[in-house]
Amino acid sequence: MAGLVARRIVLAVPVLLFVSLAVFLLAAASPFDPIHQYYGVQIFDASAADVARVRQQLGLDRPVPLRFLDWLGGVLSGDLGVSRSMRRPVADVLAERLPWTLLLAGCGLALAVVFSLFVGTLAAWRQGGWLDRLITALGHALEGIPPFVVALLAIASFSLGLGWLPVAGLTDAGSALGPAQVAEHLVLPAAVLGLSQSPWLVLHVRQSLLAAFTEDHVTGARARGLRERVVVLRHALPTALLPFVTLIGARVPELVTGAVLVEEVFSWPGVASAVVTAARAADYPLLTVLTLLATAAVLLGSLLADVAAVLLDPRVSADG
Amino acid sequence: MLNRRTLITSSMAALAVASTSCAAPSGTGGGDPANMLLADGYEPSSLNPLLGYARWGAAKFYDGLLAFDGNGRLRPALAAEQPRPSDDARTWTVRLRRGVKFHNGEPFGARDVVATYRAAIDPAYAATISSGLSMLDEVEAVDEHTVRFRLNVPYAAWPARMVMGILPASALAEAIPQERSPLNTQPVGTGPYRLAEWRRGERMVWRANRNYWGGTPRIGEITVVFATDDNTRAQRVQAGEFDGTVLPPLLAERVGGGAYRTVHHDTADYRAITLPADHPVTGDPAVRMALNLAANRSEMVDSLLGGHGEPAYTPIPPSMERFHEPEARLEFDQRRAREILEEGGWRSGSDGIRTRNGTRASFTVMYFADDTLRKKFAQAFASDAGKVGVRVELAGVDRTEAAERIGTDAIVLGGGTPLDPDPQMYPGLHSSMIGTGTYRNPAKYRNSRVDAALDAGRNTVGEAERARHYKEAQRAYVEDPGLVYLAFIQHSYVVRTGVWNGYQPVVEPHTHGTTWGPWWNVEDWTPKK
Repeated sequence: MAGLVARRIVLAVPVLLFVSLAVFLLAAASPFDPIHQYYGVQIFDASAADVARVRQQLGLDRPVPLRFLDWLGGVLSGDLGVSRSMRRPVADVLAERLPWTLLLAGCGLALAVVFSLFVGTLAAWRQGGWLDRLITALGHALEGIPPFVVALLAIASFSLGLGWLPVAGLTDAGSALGPAQVAEHLVLPAAVLGLSQSPWLVLHVRQSLLAAFTEDHVTGARARGLRERVVVLRHALPTALLPFVTLIGARVPELVTGAVLVEEVFSWPGVASAVVTAARAADYPLLTVLTLLATAAVLLGSLLADVAAVLLDPRVSADG
Repeated sequence: MLNRRTLITSSMAALAVASTSCAAPSGTGGGDPANMLLADGYEPSSLNPLLGYARWGAAKFYDGLLAFDGNGRLRPALAAEQPRPSDDARTWTVRLRRGVKFHNGEPFGARDVVATYRAAIDPAYAATISSGLSMLDEVEAVDEHTVRFRLNVPYAAWPARMVMGILPASALAEAIPQERSPLNTQPVGTGPYRLAEWRRGERMVWRANRNYWGGTPRIGEITVVFATDDNTRAQRVQAGEFDGTVLPPLLAERVGGGAYRTVHHDTADYRAITLPADHPVTGDPAVRMALNLAANRSEMVDSLLGGHGEPAYTPIPPSMERFHEPEARLEFDQRRAREILEEGGWRSGSDGIRTRNGTRASFTVMYFADDTLRKKFAQAFASDAGKVGVRVELAGVDRTEAAERIGTDAIVLGGGTPLDPDPQMYPGLHSSMIGTGTYRNPAKYRNSRVDAALDAGRNTVGEAERARHYKEAQRAYVEDPGLVYLAFIQHSYVVRTGVWNGYQPVVEPHTHGTTWGPWWNVEDWTPKK
């Protein structure tokens, strides 16, 4: 187990290095000049000499490989650089926004897991019935709908139509930050994020349960005359859970993209919506760190899934 | 191209419009005269004056040495009295107000002014406003409450550079590029309001500075909510959520009424088309004059701005009364425009486009693709040019592409400040500015009469004398125009009525939003009783 974790962490280093280098090279190849970002509207009466001096002061005149090494040196010594679109250290941006993203993604994921276990089990139990057919059809339909469409539909019905929940933001326009306000504003984005992640999980739970139903120990349990409830929940479900845990880990990339779209639509002040801001503003210091963060989340997700699988079933051996 | 972001915002807007009747219920606007709730479409990226925050005044968190009085004059703020220039306008001495404290409790004095202006021109701070202060050679403290600016050229417009917010010397002790400065998010000034809270992308709360030298502001707390979409802001105002907001003119007219009043403010904010001197078509004097006569400016003001603007012929708007030359006009006359082109040798071709010696009368006008109003001006201009036989191609560009092509292709420019005619005319029209910066005289305009008048305006201290030079510059310019100035656009707002006294109209710079607009002097407003 410790070996697995250590091996993965060692492997993660070159992956993260490669990803950050790739973002830097893309930045260098992009047509956007970061000096325009730094100047904003002041560029309109800036003199060429001053712009050149500022470029030099910010180190933007140095060749890309050197800038990458500068940046890497900074990161290793704990300085993540300065975000040009937010005008503050990247570390501050993360400290302020990461908790909100973790809250949203955590609630969304938890909701998706609970919801899909429940609905997936229900569908498998009633296989072939109208409920199963409805759930399967909806699941397949939802797989094809991007999260931002779900988000807009949710806003249209629950905020604008019914007026039950606020449209966007962390609090109402004039209100101070408080648990009640945040909870009220969290419901819709977390539900949308959870719902948009759930079709794969629901269909998967259903499928592995159906497979488990045909296994010997389940047939045996049925033969012993146990109640159906006990057979499904105590004998079939645990077998079906193992691949489910792995799947949750593998869904992390989808969760990250889902969070970007959901945060953007709901003006949720997390790191994912900062990705959009940073990309639009050609803010590469921030974009690089956020890309790294997303990569790390994906690596961590698959690591945790593997660890869980090994723990749950000693027969599994990860990384061959 | 329709990207995902525009798709999201436009569908949001569509949803919002589709359900006007049931806006999200919330808000504290309207009730309590000690609090104000405003909505802004634009969120500043930094609150640091060295990175351009509130460069032309109305900074709220900061005071300049001077402040705009709303009527085209500057009054002392952190200065105790009007600055005293030397006869050659190269040395300016300013006595400072005493007993002023910064928000952090530090006393204000000459060393703070010295530190702020030195940081603004010291490359180590990488300030983005340094180019506007290029004439500053040295600033020194004469005593604790007097500073002296030494300039490297005579510069009578120096007071317009004294509205910049003053920072405490302690915040500038370390010479670092200002992108790392804590002042970007935690402003420390002497201004009437201090920043209480700033949640990026959401809202900013200003709280009254109880020790303000001008008296504690009566409106104790002002919350500014950021909502980029114009329709969303309009809808939320209609629902009574806000005490005011900035809106495009037509939307502002629609929302105003009842508890809200719509106001339109005059500005020095022009829109103009550059005519590059090096281009075989736009460099020709006949074409330049003809295009100026062909542009139907009043029609543009009516159709693009709903009448809330003013035709522009030169960069000096009528609202800068003393400096405006009413005679400097280029009257709309397409027939005369065609005659001028004929006289200049441009003959009509079979496709309606004129040619001269094999050169087609055709050129490209660029506009920033994210700016709808500039695009509309470019389209209107292209249509008018077409009517006299000049073909104008349009190109939506980003800032980087514009910078690369600006020397050879025309572009829609915008900007302006009413504080002084010098920043309004000199960088755009003086021949010495050619080649010194991307947006400085980008079309390479050269006119020795204009140059001489603009130089004289810098060298002369007396106001009446200066006004004479700037009027001469405008007259000389319209005889040989090098751009097509199209219009000064008004800025429009809705404000809640019946709660406060103190609204006073103001002539605005290009910058607008909740720091300017009706709230430019909000520190002086009082509750209505």
